[in-house]
Amino acid sequence: MYPASFEYQKADSVDQAIAALAANPDLKLIAGGHSLLPAMKLRLAQPPALLDIWGVQEMKGITREGDWYVVGAMTTHAEVLRSDLPLFPEVAGWVGDPMVRNRGTIGGSLAHADPSADYPAAALALGVEFVIRGPSGERTVHADDMFVGMFESAVRAGELLTHIRVPATIQASAYEKFRHPASHYAIVGLAVARHASGEVRAAYTGAAERAHRLPALEDAVKRGAPAPTGLVESGDLLGDRFASAEYRAHLVDILAARALARLG
Amino acid sequence: MNVTVNVNGKSYTRDVEPRTLLVHFIREELALTGTHVGCDTSQCGACTVHLNGDAVKSCTLLAVQADGMNVTTIEGIGTVADLHPLQTGFWEEHGLQCGFCTPGMIMSSAELLKHTPNPTEDQIRHHLEGNYCRCTGYHNIVRAVQHAASAMQGGATQAADD
Repeated sequence: MYPASFEYQKADSVDQAIAALAANPDLKLIAGGHSLLPAMKLRLAQPPALLDIWGVQEMKGITREGDWYVVGAMTTHAEVLRSDLPLFPEVAGWVGDPMVRNRGTIGGSLAHADPSADYPAAALALGVEFVIRGPSGERTVHADDMFVGMFESAVRAGELLTHIRVPATIQASAYEKFRHPASHYAIVGLAVARHASGEVRAAYTGAAERAHRLPALEDAVKRGAPAPTGLVESGDLLGDRFASAEYRAHLVDILAARALARLG
Repeated sequence: MNVTVNVNGKSYTRDVEPRTLLVHFIREELALTGTHVGCDTSQCGACTVHLNGDAVKSCTLLAVQADGMNVTTIEGIGTVADLHPLQTGFWEEHGLQCGFCTPGMIMSSAELLKHTPNPTEDQIRHHLEGNYCRCTGYHNIVRAVQHAASAMQGGATQAADD
């Protein structure tokens, strides 16, 4: 299967990418391409022009700055899997398969905001910050404000997600997932993290139009209570031919109990 | 647009449309047909090649994304006269029936053995979750990889014994 025809250009730096996006509003960013290219081959997406940012070195790798890790958006799932980051390595191990993890990137996945992707639940539980560059400079978006809707993140046209700031002050965390056996995407994924401040954050992915926090679960963990049931209303969830909304709501409860058992 | 890719140690420059997939560049422009197109939807792994040393699915890459990079295909890891230990392993352990998935299985397993020279059965099965086989039921594929791992680890000793 061939994608529809498109123009193609590369950027070697963030500045170059921002300038190219400003010069041509038709440009669509391509990172590892493991969400975009499959969609283009199925003609679900037909961008007229691609800007390849694979070669932007300043967006690769993981560094430590005090109580934060700074993760380049172009860091691959395979690199995340081998890293010292909290929770994300476990989550990366659930993404696709080894070949997919060698190409797909954490920033590409998070900016794409696939409702069935694994990272958004972990990003919410960890309370990460997204560093986004645009023509008028840099801004930081908290995880709570990043996931706007189905395939819709806070990254606007003309902007580029360059880094993800991950708190290093996580005492315990867990990610539990019930995955689709063929696509390996989450039918439901659920992340919980206990922060050094005492804060507990939990979130689920795969069951709704985007990842959401789970305040009732967070409260239970803080009180040392067992995971409550009925955490989400099936009316708020999506169902498809693989799993109904009611089944996904049930899975949220099951995965919450499993995650809590691991949190200790 | 012009794309230059080093494939199996030899540099090739071709004028291709940006939408040309790497797997089609390899098969149709370079006539290296050992790399297969199976599902064409990033699932089955029949198209697996190494890109700068990492196993990737060449149906989910554009040839232009590989510009300036090194690609290794199944043709590049062994010859009929001098098979790669994985090729020998699949032969000895009957790791294939129709053989369609085999090039991808071998390229993926090669990456596993590079990082994990002595993998457990569980590690092999887990690593090959992105490679589908519809014939063998996977048992002999696991044995083939174990055969290769053993040969690669004991290779030096064996050669000395010969």
